Amino acid sequence: MDCMETRTLLGSYLDRELDRKSVIAVGRHLDGCGECKRMFDLHSSITSAIRKRATYHPASASLANRIRAQIAQAAIRPENSRPPRVTRPLWNRWLQLGSAVAAAVIITSIATTQLASNSGNQMIAEQIINGHSRAILTSHQIDVASSDQHTVKPWLSSKLDFSPTVADLTTAGFPLRGGRLDYVDNRPVAVLVYGHRQHVIDLFIWPDDGVTDRSRTRSFSKRGLNVLHWSAAGMTHWAVSDLNSADLETFAERYASSK
Amino acid sequence: MAHLNAAHNFAYWLARDPRNAEDIVQEACLRAYKFIDSFDGENGRAWLLAIVRNTFYTWLEKTRADRSSIEFDEHALAAHGYDMKILEYDESYSIDRSLQQEESRRWVDRALSQLPDDFREVIVLRELEELSYKDISTIAGIPVGTVMSRLSRARKLLLQHLKATQEL
Ligand SMILES: [Zn+2]
Repeated sequence: MDCMETRTLLGSYLDRELDRKSVIAVGRHLDGCGECKRMFDLHSSITSAIRKRATYHPASASLANRIRAQIAQAAIRPENSRPPRVTRPLWNRWLQLGSAVAAAVIITSIATTQLASNSGNQMIAEQIINGHSRAILTSHQIDVASSDQHTVKPWLSSKLDFSPTVADLTTAGFPLRGGRLDYVDNRPVAVLVYGHRQHVIDLFIWPDDGVTDRSRTRSFSKRGLNVLHWSAAGMTHWAVSDLNSADLETFAERYASSK
Repeated sequence: MAHLNAAHNFAYWLARDPRNAEDIVQEACLRAYKFIDSFDGENGRAWLLAIVRNTFYTWLEKTRADRSSIEFDEHALAAHGYDMKILEYDESYSIDRSLQQEESRRWVDRALSQLPDDFREVIVLRELEELSYKDISTIAGIPVGTVMSRLSRARKLLLQHLKATQEL
């Protein structure tokens, strides 16, 4: 490898972005060439200077609070948070990102189309998975944090026009962490948040509208998440988690038999 | 909130202004919330940073109608006082020595904030977020080869700037 080629690859060598063969070739050249070694040292010193000395600007607590409030607002009243109709430039920009984000949109659309092939349940499964991902990603998972069912239940009942069953499943290995409101199938719903080891389970509950298929438990999985759906006592239940499907089924059985 | 610090740090270094940075992050988080469908579940930080960047450029277009071309060739840089060749011929320069100085943090921050946008964003993503070339390419919407060449030129510009400051 000559000096010119080495200089071109110096940055990638420094950033450990080269394949093994090139790493060896660049390393060999640097061992025998003082000029290139000096350039490498300069690049590596500027890298460590930026890493050590540049100011990192974390978000302030007040910004974090404003964003949480804003997202909570959007979660409760999604009709107000929908992008206005004049969003074409925004979407164009979005797609201009090209690459992964646009690809993700397309892949998601394909997955949705395939899922939606047999019933409206799949559309709801999508919303459940989105609700869960959104909560994890924005750390807006819990509106009322409590392991006490007698705190969580009244809080949810006061915000909703129904009263979900809040089961204490601590002895079964699924301690209650709290609850939140979400918005699924065009209506506000209750979400009970349970833990299991390091996993989080979101249990979405709302009154049965009589249309959903109540014959049996259905399961879906997507993006590494498992989803279980069942109806009981006039309520629709959707459990979603990154927990494996067997453990999620155990959770659903324990919840269903707790009443 | 996961990745909020990364989102804010990136917005800060893009906008170089605390208030605008907060506005951009707030808008970006709302967009992330609305467009969660486009999240593939793989790398939440890169996904959110791409939204931050997109929000920043939308904001920039609104606020700066006559944004100059983002093409920075060496002639354009030379016109801004950068000399890409200087470093290659200066045997005596040592950044370690200059960074022993008390004001080194201020120097580094100033050098970083004076980099052209295209170079500043890749440096911030690489050195402050320690993202891979692939993630940076996704966020900035440029090929991996361009990430590589921009990083390399950004480092040269930073060295040149720090050296010039040191001599003042
Ligand atoms: Zn050489």
